[in-house]
Amino acid sequence: MASGRPNQLFRNKSAKIAAIPMIVTALFVFVGGTIWTVVYSFTKSGLLPRLNWVGLDQYERLWATRKWLVAIENLAIYGVCMLVLVFVIGFILAALIDQKIRFENTIRTIILYPYALSFVVTGLVWQWMLNPEFGVQSIVRDLGWESFSFDPLYNADIAIYGVLIAGLWQGSGLVMVLMLAGLRGIDQEVWKAARVDGIPAWKTYIFIVIPMMRPVFITTLVLVVTGIVKLYDLIVAQTGGGPGISTEVPAKYVYDMMFSANNLGQGFAASTMMLVTVALIVIPWAVLEFGGKKHHG
Amino acid sequence: MVETSSVPLTGPQGPKPRKALSRRNVFLYGTLLLITLYYALPLYVMIVTSLKGMPEIRLGNVFSPPVEITFQPWAKAWSEACTGLTCNGLSTGFWNSVRITIPSVILSIIIASVNGYALANWKFKGADAFFTILIFGAFIPYQILLYPMVIMLREMGLYGSLGGLVLVHTIFGMPILTLLFRNYFTSLPEELFKAARVDGAGFWGIYFRIMVPMSLPIFTVAMILQVTGIWNDFLFGVVYTGPDTYPMTVSLNNIVNSTQGVKEYNVNMAATILTGLVPLTIYFVSGRLFVRGIAAGAVKG
Repeated sequence: MASGRPNQLFRNKSAKIAAIPMIVTALFVFVGGTIWTVVYSFTKSGLLPRLNWVGLDQYERLWATRKWLVAIENLAIYGVCMLVLVFVIGFILAALIDQKIRFENTIRTIILYPYALSFVVTGLVWQWMLNPEFGVQSIVRDLGWESFSFDPLYNADIAIYGVLIAGLWQGSGLVMVLMLAGLRGIDQEVWKAARVDGIPAWKTYIFIVIPMMRPVFITTLVLVVTGIVKLYDLIVAQTGGGPGISTEVPAKYVYDMMFSANNLGQGFAASTMMLVTVALIVIPWAVLEFGGKKHHG
Repeated sequence: MVETSSVPLTGPQGPKPRKALSRRNVFLYGTLLLITLYYALPLYVMIVTSLKGMPEIRLGNVFSPPVEITFQPWAKAWSEACTGLTCNGLSTGFWNSVRITIPSVILSIIIASVNGYALANWKFKGADAFFTILIFGAFIPYQILLYPMVIMLREMGLYGSLGGLVLVHTIFGMPILTLLFRNYFTSLPEELFKAARVDGAGFWGIYFRIMVPMSLPIFTVAMILQVTGIWNDFLFGVVYTGPDTYPMTVSLNNIVNSTQGVKEYNVNMAATILTGLVPLTIYFVSGRLFVRGIAAGAVKG
């Protein structure tokens, strides 16, 4: 940072030129694009974006639209269930695999492979698995339980849980891998000390190990939550938002408004609401994680 | 055997050897077996279904192995399956995806690695601010940037073309990749960089002769991350391309969820496997590196 060195300007030139794509992307796309959408969410844009102000009209209409309310409700149900279950399943899987088992690599490979698949593939596979005529329901009926009924994708009341099954199948491997890395990072002495004190294993996990894994949990939490808010492809592939509008989600609402309903203003307002949701989660996290470190960085 | 009295312990020392069939092991491996089966089942069902003929599917159940193996659904999925009016199968989508993925991966890795290198070794004023914005960009819901990007691409004449989608992938891949490269380059010993500086190497000289050769593992990780991410993308494909330029995921969805005609489940499942084949192959071949890519994607700041 010494000023006055003759090659200072020249030396920085290459780095600055190299960083142009980053600077342009950061300012022009991320900041500029976000501001643009937020600004236009206060306009009456229909087929094309136009600057005729309508104040908060778009938001009022948004919160009076049934499809949006269903979308929010679905996201809340999916989000809470996903969050709780993916952590419970992911952690239990990691704890089981951490028992110095044989075939660890094979088991880990099998549990994680769904994560390599796209949401479209995931959605279509589970559409097939949950098909009442051929899938799980018919298998159980063939086994003799004639009245067995499990057709989440055809029952509007529980359709979102059908999507949840697919989402868990795809995403729990990721949480397992992150949790396993966290568990492996814990000093073995901790376990020895707990054993000497006669603390049962489950208590050691809950009261000692999990609190020690706080950073891993927070990273995973942010990752899972941002993934939940983006939920889109899975819905399109598995249910198309149906039956009826029973599995609509905000991301799909935005897409439908912008690109098929020619109602850009609604799309902008809805996407701004999504941004607000993410900001409410990410900003406190960023402050907690990086805010404190700035002093010695 | 009768001597259970108070004879001093002279038997074998050390911890009690574990029996292979202890209750703990039966429970542990039993649970793991069930879990593994649950995760593997959908892949098995996909493969089995895709190898059956339609009559067999209607009669049997999804789990039973095919009686008569047929590859006809695969052929049909590849070249004849219909989306609405056109019946070109998945092949068009496959080649579009190839033509999208390869340039996007190369371009985004070049840009992000040079960016990361500039941030790690040539910090200039304001660099951290731009970097912070970029990282926040990784969390912004894409929906908010969809339309501004449409306008941008339209202005550039790239809307609806493969080139436009390549640009979109390059931009949205930048946050994570830049972070990945910056962290890696920061972890390299600084003496190397300083020695090269003393020898008179400049920005690009150091990048090409020292940084790139020393960072091949991280380039591989970035490649795995990008190939799977871009291949699996659906949202950008459906927004920024048209019917002729749809990537494979979009054609797959259109084929399977098209409302016309009789549903051919075997063709649908063959198409689904075909679409998942590229990321799956990468996953099974790369193993640990894939996991490392995920951990890197997990934003370890």
